[in-house]
Amino acid sequence: MFLKQKLFIIALTLLVFHSKTSAQDFFNTGRISGNFQTDFQIYNEDTLIGAPKVPEQFLLNAFANLNYTHDNFSAGLRYEAYHNALQGFDPRYNGNGIPYRFFRYNNAGFDVTVGNYYEQFGSGMIFRSYEEKSLGIDNAMDGIRLILTPVDGILIKGIVGNQRHYFEKSTGILRGIDGEISLNQVFEKFSQSKTWISVGGSFISRFERDRNPQYHLPENVSAYAGRLHLNRGRVALSGEYAHKINDPSASNNFIYKPGNALYVSASYVQRGLGVILSGKRIDNMDFRSERSATGNDLQVNYLPALTKQHVYSFTAMYPYVTQPNGEFCFQGEINYNIKRNTLIGGRYGTNVSINFSQANAIDKSPIDDTTAIGQTGTLGYNSAFFHIGNEIYFQDFNITVNRRLTQALRSSFTYMNFLYNKNVIEGYQGYENIRGHVGVAELSYRINSNSALKTELQYLNTKQDQGDWAMMMLEYSRQSTWFFTVIDQYNFGNNDPDKRIHYYNLSVGYSKNANRISLTYGKQRAGVICIGGVCRNVPASNGWAVSISSSF
Amino acid sequence: MKFILSIVFVFILTSYSFSQDNTGRVIPNINIKTLQGQHTNTSVIENDGKPIILAFWASWCRPCIQELSAIAEVYDEWQEETGVKLVAVATDDARTVRNVMPLINSRAWDYEFYLDDNSDFRRAMGVNLLPHTFILNGNREVYQQFTAFGEGGEVKLIEAVKEILEKENKKE
Repeated sequence: MFLKQKLFIIALTLLVFHSKTSAQDFFNTGRISGNFQTDFQIYNEDTLIGAPKVPEQFLLNAFANLNYTHDNFSAGLRYEAYHNALQGFDPRYNGNGIPYRFFRYNNAGFDVTVGNYYEQFGSGMIFRSYEEKSLGIDNAMDGIRLILTPVDGILIKGIVGNQRHYFEKSTGILRGIDGEISLNQVFEKFSQSKTWISVGGSFISRFERDRNPQYHLPENVSAYAGRLHLNRGRVALSGEYAHKINDPSASNNFIYKPGNALYVSASYVQRGLGVILSGKRIDNMDFRSERSATGNDLQVNYLPALTKQHVYSFTAMYPYVTQPNGEFCFQGEINYNIKRNTLIGGRYGTNVSINFSQANAIDKSPIDDTTAIGQTGTLGYNSAFFHIGNEIYFQDFNITVNRRLTQALRSSFTYMNFLYNKNVIEGYQGYENIRGHVGVAELSYRINSNSALKTELQYLNTKQDQGDWAMMMLEYSRQSTWFFTVIDQYNFGNNDPDKRIHYYNLSVGYSKNANRISLTYGKQRAGVICIGGVCRNVPASNGWAVSISSSF
Repeated sequence: MKFILSIVFVFILTSYSFSQDNTGRVIPNINIKTLQGQHTNTSVIENDGKPIILAFWASWCRPCIQELSAIAEVYDEWQEETGVKLVAVATDDARTVRNVMPLINSRAWDYEFYLDDNSDFRRAMGVNLLPHTFILNGNREVYQQFTAFGEGGEVKLIEAVKEILEKENKKE
């Protein structure tokens, strides 16, 4: 354990026991909360589905969070163990330690954190540190954060620190400031206005020494952003623009072009109806706390995909991943509730959701006749801001209808039509775009007040990639406590007859209050797991898996 | 050494946490946002001394939507019978936070909503998986908590609310 970690634990323990005249008083008024989760799996080799031989046979991920709160003071830590990391997680996690610990004091508009913290400026276009355990992402900051609220309606944040990199830290240092003002709360003139307006601005800078023998690289790379949010009655508008100075790095092939990004969204709502339209343009905005970082490592900013986050296995089989080096995206969604006791709405009402999204390349042209687009050590390319590139990266049209058919029977139907540019999204060459249709029918039947039966039927139709898939899921639940599930995914349309495989899974889960345990046996197909537009590849596996989680 | 220190520390803290009566944990003061994006604090979550159902959810979480939809069908009755209020905290991040308002309106849910887009409140409450629902007593203290939602799961929530009221009535 690092000396600093030991000192932290000793300091926290001393504080807990001696900061008050009576430790008992301290515990009587202070409170502890936290959670624990472990996932472990026993792997069998299965050459047919491509499940590799795992030398350890047994792999485990686990973590426990402990938070202590007493009046305006809080402290916490997280213990993590990977013995060794589950398949699909980076092996650099292997081992254990306490990579997250903090003290926080928050009183009268003064909020200071020392140690680790998660923070974001605006929508995260220039800075967001966050964790997503299921994806193996944790870029927590380690340093100091100050949040000031001098008056109601004004919020100022300042951060300094390094990002977490598995059980190490980045060599690059981040320094940043963010401010947001709600005009209606601060200025008398706006206080009676029906239009709510807030504006914000942020700045962040990364310092990393230049040791590159070939190029002269900027050691201080800064990015700034401005944002505006308007809300009047049923209408809301918001937008954010970000700019980053030239930042040659491994992810942009060491070009010296500055980056920028724009995100705008508009929504209209009324009872029973919600409409949202969004657009986003990103140009060379990959930003890391180390130039050499790639994959999901050390990301300073957060550029989520502007596409629907699907929840069914087949609608989520070909997920879009943001292309930080350049993309133009649009998304529109309508949610409508058809009233109950009407001809179309039926006795219980019907919810309809229609969504469309598309991502294209941005327009790129050479900077001169002798330089290739994106050539290392150059300005990279020219790009007209409002010119959409011809190449389509992703397209998704989907419609979902939820309807309660009887008092005991609920239904949900989804149709999806998609286009997936495998070369761009997965970084391959020579594949044709994958086009397909997905249909999902879900029926949920409440047998009696104690038990329910749910079934999911899914079908994916495509001529490309692995061809057609069908899936059936059956779940029996008792008292919302016991869950028994059987799933079979069948790749019946695979061009290779040997790969027309059934991926069956049996699982049983028990959930009591805030404790949950599940046991699964079966085959898992290779694929991509995505949350928030960030993804990780999961290799095929065959074996037993157990998941236990508890909160207190 | 690292492992032993970790275990000792975890043991000290957890032994104190489990020796405490779970009902004493008041929700901490954390910055959250209104649906209009204004900054506020969790101190605004209250119900005039009556119980509160505090539901952590996200617009992309199917069981969460199932849970909030199931409660919506009986919410009027619950409120009439117990005076309970449901406060729903959306943990959507930048990708999906803009979908929250249209979704709420299209479903015509009459709950009190807040946004926790940096997950500060979620972390402070020890929430790991969604949905995660707390039942708070009239003093805003945690009385019971539930993760996961299956068909009929809303019954457990109102039963916990009624238990709180029964205990309070007995005290009186």
